[in-house]
Amino acid sequence: MEHERYHMINFEETELRLGLPGGKGNDGEATKNNGKRGFSETVNLKLNLSTKEAEGDESGKMKEKSSIAPRSTDPAKPPAKAQVVGWPPVRSFRKNIMAVQKASSEEEGDGKKAGNSIAAAFVKVSMDGAPYLRKVDLKLYKNYQQLSDALSKMFSSFTIDNYESQGTKDFMNESKLIDLLNGSKYVPTYEDKDGDWMLVGDVPWGMFVEFCKRLRIMKGSEAIGLAPRAVEKCKNRC
Amino acid sequence: MQKKMMYSFPDDVLEHVFSFIQSDKDRNAVSAVCKLWYEIERWCRRKVFIGNCYAVSPRVVIKRFPEVRSIELKGKPHFADFNLVPDGWGGYVLPWIVEMAGAYPCLEEIRLKRMVVTDESLELIAKSFKNFKVLVLFSCEGFSTDGLAAIAAGCKNLRELDLRESEVDDLSGHWLTHFPETCTSLVSLNISCLGSDEVSFSALERLVGRCPNLKSLRLNRAVTLDKIANILRRAPQLVDFGTGNYASELPPDVLLNLAGAFSSCKELKSLSGFWDVVPAYLPALYSVCSRLTSLNLSYATIQNPEIIKLVSRCPSLQRLLVLDYIEDSGLEALASSCKDLQELRVFPSDPFGGEPHVSLTEQGLVTVSLGCPKLQSILYFCHRMTNAALVTIAQSCPNLTRFRLCIIEPKTADYLTLEPLDVGFGAIVEHCKDLRRLSLSGLLTDRVFEYIGTYAKKLEMLSVAFAGDSDLGLHHVLFGCESLRKLEIRDCPFGDKALLANAAKLETMRSLWMSSCTVSFGACKLLGQKMPRLNVEVIDETEPPDSRPESCPVEKFYIYRSVSGPRFDKPPFVWTMDEEGKIMH
Repeated sequence: MEHERYHMINFEETELRLGLPGGKGNDGEATKNNGKRGFSETVNLKLNLSTKEAEGDESGKMKEKSSIAPRSTDPAKPPAKAQVVGWPPVRSFRKNIMAVQKASSEEEGDGKKAGNSIAAAFVKVSMDGAPYLRKVDLKLYKNYQQLSDALSKMFSSFTIDNYESQGTKDFMNESKLIDLLNGSKYVPTYEDKDGDWMLVGDVPWGMFVEFCKRLRIMKGSEAIGLAPRAVEKCKNRC
Repeated sequence: MQKKMMYSFPDDVLEHVFSFIQSDKDRNAVSAVCKLWYEIERWCRRKVFIGNCYAVSPRVVIKRFPEVRSIELKGKPHFADFNLVPDGWGGYVLPWIVEMAGAYPCLEEIRLKRMVVTDESLELIAKSFKNFKVLVLFSCEGFSTDGLAAIAAGCKNLRELDLRESEVDDLSGHWLTHFPETCTSLVSLNISCLGSDEVSFSALERLVGRCPNLKSLRLNRAVTLDKIANILRRAPQLVDFGTGNYASELPPDVLLNLAGAFSSCKELKSLSGFWDVVPAYLPALYSVCSRLTSLNLSYATIQNPEIIKLVSRCPSLQRLLVLDYIEDSGLEALASSCKDLQELRVFPSDPFGGEPHVSLTEQGLVTVSLGCPKLQSILYFCHRMTNAALVTIAQSCPNLTRFRLCIIEPKTADYLTLEPLDVGFGAIVEHCKDLRRLSLSGLLTDRVFEYIGTYAKKLEMLSVAFAGDSDLGLHHVLFGCESLRKLEIRDCPFGDKALLANAAKLETMRSLWMSSCTVSFGACKLLGQKMPRLNVEVIDETEPPDSRPESCPVEKFYIYRSVSGPRFDKPPFVWTMDEEGKIMH
């Protein structure tokens, strides 16, 4: 029942792996190159709320796969300054408003400043069973791994049953995806601009930041329903 | 000899006299004169202000003041505005509404700031208070347009609905249709924070049309420019207007129509909104400019010369909110045109950009201070500052009551002398004797706190970040600032000594927030133990604070005085230090 979740239970590890066209784990599907950025890396996305050892494990695994490629933006743009939380003291609604207006003015060829990539992108995060929402600024993270670490810290008070990770998620293969989701207790999902709920990790990080309207850490059993759509959209984006 | 004392007036005479006393401070003073006055006063107090919703429980308030008609409550600490307070921290209004629903059936006004308001709370308000008139939700969150629909439908005499800067789950614009056709009482409607692209425009138009006393209307971004003329024509009595979107491709006659609509509003003194401004439509405002006392362009991405053109036409301006696109040149124009200016807020257009991309410097602020001696309130974001500039500002504007300077890069020194900005801020507190609120930035040593402790005797709220060298800094403030009520500090090397030495001071203040400083868990425990009238709350999102040695610093804590003891609605990451030295959770 809901009440149980509030007490000390160990969180399990969920692994998501992206196998996108042109990359590994593709089951040999033809790569369609339509000019969009290829995304051949695989990313391990784990909601890991356990100890440091596991984190150590993870980074080891990460190095093996040499996977994380931070979503690099246009080299002409100045590197993002390390952001201190809550500084400068500008309220969120001001940050978001400016971001949207600047983005649209840039589209119109205004281009007064090189990059708008640094403005904030706040989205709400809910977790099934948690009594309140949190908010994250997606612009603070460069990749799925960083986001996942942050989410772990945020929801560490709510931990869930431990169990062995079941292997990787392959967005191109529906039955594999469903198997994994069946095994996962909690899975991160997001609502995109079309209002659809998608599995986190299905698109390149930069796209995700743009599309994501809100996050929901959903029960694996419910997330299974998203698998077919995930596969569908993945194929469409190839 | 008969001793007929002054206070043997009949009670109702006293009550009548007290009815002329409106300010909380005076009311509190009256109630402290003697038991009789206390009793009479408490029965006739109609308005209560509670600056920290956890300082007292609703029951205690209701018990003391049984006939309240208006209540104002504040919830989260100020730093919650900048995401330093994790979500779920608290500040729930529902328990208050539940208690008041039973005790105050005649309640008319509720004003909330930084509180969590649910749809359930709103529905309860709509149901419980038959004569409900005013709802102000300032920087609140937790509710949706469903809750607003309940208010619209249920409050037959609603005068004010003001959602300023709140975060609303905007499910649809449909809620506006819930105002019954019989509702004609609206005086103020502020829905500028609503985010969705929908608004039920015809419902809005009709509502505006049938409320002859509507004085203040602030629309949201969903309302397009072509609709504004119609709204304005239905409400020519408006004093304060917030546009929606100020961009579109209007044919020229619509622009003329808009200009005509604005000029028909003879009472219009205050304008805001202006999202997505297209400069070509600004001339529609020109007829209103000479009367404007307040102008909020802080969402308008216009630049010079448009800003200058606008501002130069507003000689009566008292309040200006604007982005740093105004630049020093625009501030110069402001200084020469707007001699009555009392409040200036300049926001950063690109707070996270590395290099300044607009030419807004300390010079702009200096020019304004020299040209506008009536200035009382300044909020200024910039990239560089000098002591000399601050001294000039201090000497030119001795009437400052609020001075908030944010130099965007932490620990930025005087760019000419490379010295800390201690002397500059020192001049501010020395010359501005009525200063009530101060926010510091730039490179600052303990010296600036010495100045503050020495001179800032009327200071009530101080915000400090990335400043100071040692506990001595904190000590100066706690020891010297007699009127201090709220102190918020982040990223300063302040530890246990000053805090513990000045523990008693904390009971004279509303609250203290410290984060990323070096106060230890042990010190928090000690405070919690020794000071039963303080709630000492440690915020730790990773693990219980007692899982580490006592000497370890706590990441964040919040201390506030309370007559109602520790609160019961704490989330898992908030730990209270209680009297037995235990941490309560």
